[in-house]
Amino acid sequence: MKPRLKPGLSFTLLAAALIVVPWILRWADMEYCLTQLTMSLYYAIVVLGLCLVMGYAGQVSLGHGAFFAIGGYTSAVLTTCDVSKWQTAAWLGWIKQSPFCMAREDLFGNPILTLSPWVAFFAAMALAFVVANLIGYPALRLRGHYLAMATLGFGMIVNKVILGTAFTGAADGINGVPEWNLGLGLTVSGKRALRIENYFIASGLLLLLLVLLHNLVRSRVGRALQAIHDRETAANAMGINTALYKLKAFVLSALMAAMAGVFLTHYTAGIGPSEAGALKSVRYVALAAAGGMSSLWGVTGMSTLLNYMSLRGLFGSYDNAVFGLLLIGIVSLAPEGPLKPLARLLRRFVGACRPPNAVGPDAARPDNGPARRASDQTQCLFP
Amino acid sequence: MALLEIDNVRHSFGGLVAIDRVSFEVAPGQIKSVIGPNGAGKTTLFNIVCGLLRPESGSIRFGDRSITGFKPYQIARAGVSRTFQNPSLFLQMNVLENVMVGRHCRTRWEFLGCGVRWPGQPKEEAAIREAAQTQLEYVGLAHLAECPAGALAFGERRMVELARALATEPQLLLLDEPGSGLNTREKADLGRMIRRVRERGVTILLVEHDMTLVMDLSDAILVLHNGARIAEGTPSEIQNDDKVVRVYLGGEMNHVAAS
Repeated sequence: MKPRLKPGLSFTLLAAALIVVPWILRWADMEYCLTQLTMSLYYAIVVLGLCLVMGYAGQVSLGHGAFFAIGGYTSAVLTTCDVSKWQTAAWLGWIKQSPFCMAREDLFGNPILTLSPWVAFFAAMALAFVVANLIGYPALRLRGHYLAMATLGFGMIVNKVILGTAFTGAADGINGVPEWNLGLGLTVSGKRALRIENYFIASGLLLLLLVLLHNLVRSRVGRALQAIHDRETAANAMGINTALYKLKAFVLSALMAAMAGVFLTHYTAGIGPSEAGALKSVRYVALAAAGGMSSLWGVTGMSTLLNYMSLRGLFGSYDNAVFGLLLIGIVSLAPEGPLKPLARLLRRFVGACRPPNAVGPDAARPDNGPARRASDQTQCLFP
Repeated sequence: MALLEIDNVRHSFGGLVAIDRVSFEVAPGQIKSVIGPNGAGKTTLFNIVCGLLRPESGSIRFGDRSITGFKPYQIARAGVSRTFQNPSLFLQMNVLENVMVGRHCRTRWEFLGCGVRWPGQPKEEAAIREAAQTQLEYVGLAHLAECPAGALAFGERRMVELARALATEPQLLLLDEPGSGLNTREKADLGRMIRRVRERGVTILLVEHDMTLVMDLSDAILVLHNGARIAEGTPSEIQNDDKVVRVYLGGEMNHVAAS
C-alpha cells in the first residue's frame, strides 16, 4: 500500500487551501483572477461527474457539454422569460403572489415578471434527469466507440437545436440572467463586490460533491461500477444489475453537469450555444483524462488548473487545439494520466533515498517480482 | 426435491443446435459433473443456467421457482454463483475488493446512501469487508488481501474467484473447468477445496475435462455429445457405459495416457 493521507485530513487540507487562495491573490494584488478561478471550479464539477462515468463505470460520454447546456439554458430561459405578457391568463394572478415568481427589471429597465431562480434550478435538474434517462437507457447498451458516437451525436443535436431555436437566443445565446439568491445571505452573482463570496460558493459546492463522490467510490456502489468497467459479464454474474448501475452513474454525472451549468449561468449572467458544442464535450473528456480518469483528486485539480489557464487566455486562439493535443498526447503516451507516472517517479526517488531495510507491505511476499506492482496495471481509456 | 431442474432446454446458434432438449436434475448437496467432448454444448448449458443465454425452449427451475429467462444478476441473487473458465477477476482492484464485490447481491445501500454515508452504511461496509476477509481465509489466501488482482498467479486467481463466488452465499455453485491450467498439486488442492465447499452445504455443478478429478469428486455425471444427453449416472456407471467410452472416454483416456 502506498502511504496515504487519511481522507478526512485530505479534505480539511484542501478546504484550508481553498480558503487561503483569495487572501494570497489579494496580497499579490491579483484579485481579478478569482473570476476565472470560480468559473473553472464550476467546470471542474462537470469533469468530476465525467470521472465517475468514465473513470469508474468505464462508459465514454462525449455529450456532457450538452447536459451542461441543458442545465444552463433551462435556467436562463425560465429566469429571463417575462411571464407578465400572459396578462389574461387566470393563473397569473395566483402565481404573481407566490414565491415562485420574481418581479425585477430587465437590462433596459423595463419591469418584468419571471420565475425565480430556485424554480428554474429544479426545472433544469428535472429536465436533465429526464433527458439523461432517455439518452442513457438506449445508449448505454452500446459499448466503447459506439457509445462515444451516440453521446457525441446527442451533444451535436442539442447544440443545433439551441442554435435553431428563437427562445434560446439562437447564436446569440441568452443574457440578462438575474443573480440567484441562495438564501443564508449567499448570492450567485458576477458582481465585483461578491467576487470572494462567489468563489467560496463554487469551491464549497465542488468540495461537497468531491466528498460525496469520494464516499461513493469507496462503497459497494463504487466497487460495482469498477467491476462493470473491468469485466461486465463477471460483474453481472456477481449480482450487479449492470445496466441499471451504468444508467444511474450516467444520470448522476449528467445532473452534476447540469448543476454546474445552472450555477455558471447565474454567475456569468448568461450562456451561449458554444457550451453545448462538441468541442466543449471533448474538452471535458480531455480534462478527465489529464487528471487520470479514475482519480477524483487528480481530475479536480487538473481540470481546475487547465480550465483556469484556458479562461485566462494562456492558450490564445489555439484553445481547442491545446485540449485536442492534450487528449491525443495522453491517450498515446500516458493512458493512466500524467499524474500517476509522476507520483511513481517521485516515490521511486524517495524510496532510493530511504535506508534499504525500510520495506513496504509489498515485500511481504517472497516472490515479489516487478510484475506484482499495482502500478503496472494500466487502464485503457476506451474500453 | 431437486435443487436445480433443467427441463427440455434447447438452444441454437444460427443453424447449429448447441443444446438439444436436454433435461437433468441436480439434487441438493450433490456434486454433479457435466462432461463431453469439445463442442458438446457444456459451456452453452452452463451459460443458460447462469442466465447469460436465454434458452429457446424449455424451462429451468431453481428451488421452488422458475428462473427461466432471468438475467445473470437475478440468478446470482436467487442463489446461483459461478466461476469462469478463464478467471475473470477485476484487475483494477486488489484481492480483497474482488471478493467484496461478491457481497454486492447480499447488501443494499445504493448511490445516495453510500454518497452521504447514511447511518448504517459504514457499518454495512465494515461487514462486507469482514465477510470477504472470512472467505479469503477459507480459501487460504488471506495474506494476499492487499495484493492487486492482476499480480496473482493463475492458480491463485482461481481460488480468489472461488472466494468471490462463495461470498454471494450461493446454494448452487457452477464451476466452469476449474482444473484447466492447474498443475497436479493445484488440482489436488482444488479437489479438496471443492469437497470442503460441498460440506458447507453448497451444491456443485461442474464442467471439467480432467477425468481423474471428475471421477474422484462427482456423485453423478451427465455426458453430453453434440448437444444431446447420451448418459447419466454415477462415475462407475459412466466409466462402464459403452456409448460414453466410444464417443468420449476412450479417446480421452488414451490421450491422457499418452501425455
